[in-house]
Amino acid sequence: MMAKPFFRTVYDVPREEYLAPGHGLCAGCTAGTIVKLLLKVAGPNTIVVNATGCVEVSTTPFPYTSWKVPWIHVAFENAAAVASGIESALKALKAKGVLDPSKKINIIALAGDGGTYDIGFQALSGMLERGHKVMYVLYDNEAYMNTGIQRSGGTPVYAWTTTTPVGKILKGKIQQKKPIAEIVAAHRIPYVATANPGYFADMMNKFKKGLEVDGPSFVHVIQPCTTGWKFDPRYGIVLARLATETGLWINWEQEEGQFRVTVTVPRRKHVRHYFELQGRFSHLTPEEIEAIQKEVDLEADRINKLVGRTVIGPLVE
Amino acid sequence: MGWKELPRGGSILEPGNSESRYTGDWRTFKPVIKQDKCTRCLRCWIVCPEPAIYIIDKPYATSSGRQFKFSVEVNYDYCKGCGMCVEECEPKAIDWVEEEK
Ligand SMILES: Cc1ncc(C[n+]2csc(CCOP(=O)(O)OP(=O)(O)O)c2C)c(N)n1
Ligand code: SF4
Ligand code: SF4
Ligand code: SF4
Ligand SMILES: [Mg+2]
Repeated sequence: MMAKPFFRTVYDVPREEYLAPGHGLCAGCTAGTIVKLLLKVAGPNTIVVNATGCVEVSTTPFPYTSWKVPWIHVAFENAAAVASGIESALKALKAKGVLDPSKKINIIALAGDGGTYDIGFQALSGMLERGHKVMYVLYDNEAYMNTGIQRSGGTPVYAWTTTTPVGKILKGKIQQKKPIAEIVAAHRIPYVATANPGYFADMMNKFKKGLEVDGPSFVHVIQPCTTGWKFDPRYGIVLARLATETGLWINWEQEEGQFRVTVTVPRRKHVRHYFELQGRFSHLTPEEIEAIQKEVDLEADRINKLVGRTVIGPLVE
Repeated sequence: MGWKELPRGGSILEPGNSESRYTGDWRTFKPVIKQDKCTRCLRCWIVCPEPAIYIIDKPYATSSGRQFKFSVEVNYDYCKGCGMCVEECEPKAIDWVEEEK
C-alpha cells in the first residue's frame, strides 16, 4: 500500500548544494541544516518565498544572497499570500503559452514560528482554503529569534524568553504551544507532516511528498536554536533527536486524511534529558518536570489509540 | 556603487554570491577529519549547516586496507566551528582542535 521511501540512506541524498555558505546564521543553527536539505530535495526548478526571520535576514545581507534558486522576500506576514500569487501567475503564464505547461516548478513558502503561528496565520489559512499548490515549510525555533527571543504561539509552556521572564511571579511562558499542524490539517489539505532534522531521511521524504501532492502541503519542522534555547551549539541535532526520543515531538504525516506516525519510538526517554541541556528550562523544578512528563505520557496514549497500535512506546530511561 | 547602479527592486543577480563572505574567522575550535578513521558515513556532511563539509572525489586507502572512492573534507573558509559534526561522528573520526593565532 505504501510506496517505498525515496530517501533511505545518506547515499540517496544529492551532492548538489543550493544553499551557499557565507550566510550569517549562528554557528550551529539547525535552520541551516533544514534549509540545505530542503533545497537538495526541491532542486533548481524552485521558487522560495521567505517571510522575515533568522533565515531571511541571515541568508540575504544585501547585496549578497546564499540562495542558488529564485528567492523572494516581501514582508513578515504574507509569505503564503506571495506564494499564492506566484502560483497563480505561473498558471496564467502556462495557460497563455509563455511558459511550457509541462514544466514543473516548485513553490515553497518558508517561515518561522512567529511568521506562521501568529502574524502570518491569516495568509496561510487563506492559501490553504484557496487550494494553491504550494508547500509551506515552518521552521519552528519556538520564539521570535531574529528580534531577540520574544515568545510566540509556538513557544512551549515554561520556556524562558525575553517576554516570558523567570522571576518571583512568572516562571516562563504560561500558555501551551498552539497545535499548529493540527489546525492546518483541519483545513483538509492533501498533505500535512511534522518533521525533525535529526531524522533527515524522514524529513526529506516529507519534503518530497509535499512537493508532489496536487494542492497545498505543510511541513512543520522542529528547529533547535542554540542562542534562544541556550545550549552548546554542538548539541543542535542531539537535541532535535531527544525531542522525538522523549515523545515531546512526534513525527507524523497525514496524507489524504490518513494519519501515520513515521518515526516510531519503541522505548521512550524521560523528558528531563531534553530539558537538562537547555538554559531556557533551567528554572524547572523536578515536580514541574514530572508534571510535563505526565502530559507527554497522556499524549503518547492518545496517539497510540489514534493509530490503533503502540507507536510511541513506554518510558524506560 | 551608488544606488543608481543597483539592480531594480533590490534584486541580487548573482545566485549564491555569499560565497565571497568567509565565515571561517568565527571559529575558536576547528574540526579535523582523520581520513584514516573516517568510514564515509556522511553524517557530518548531512548536518553541517553552512555547508562547510564537502564530498571530494579523492580516492583514499586506509591503513587497514579499505578503499574509498571519495573523501570527506572540511572547508575552513566557511566552517564556523559549531561542533555539530563532531557530535554526529560515531566512529570518533573528527578531532576538535583549538585555533591559535
Ligand atoms: C510587520 C513586522 N513586524 C515586525 C517585524 C520585525 N521582525 C523581523 S523578524 C521577526 C521575528 C521573526 O520570528 P520567527 O517568525 O519566529 O522567525 P525566527 O526569527 O525565529 O527565525 C520580527 C518580529 C517585521 N519585520 N515586520
Ligand atoms: S538565533 Fe537561533 S534560529 Fe536564529 S540564527 Fe541563531 S541559532 Fe539560528
Ligand atoms: S564545526 Fe560546524 S560548521 Fe564546522 S564543519 Fe563541523 S558542522 Fe560544519
Ligand atoms: S561523520 Fe565521521 S565517519 Fe562519518 S563521514 Fe563524517 S568524519 Fe567520516
Ligand atoms: Mg522563530
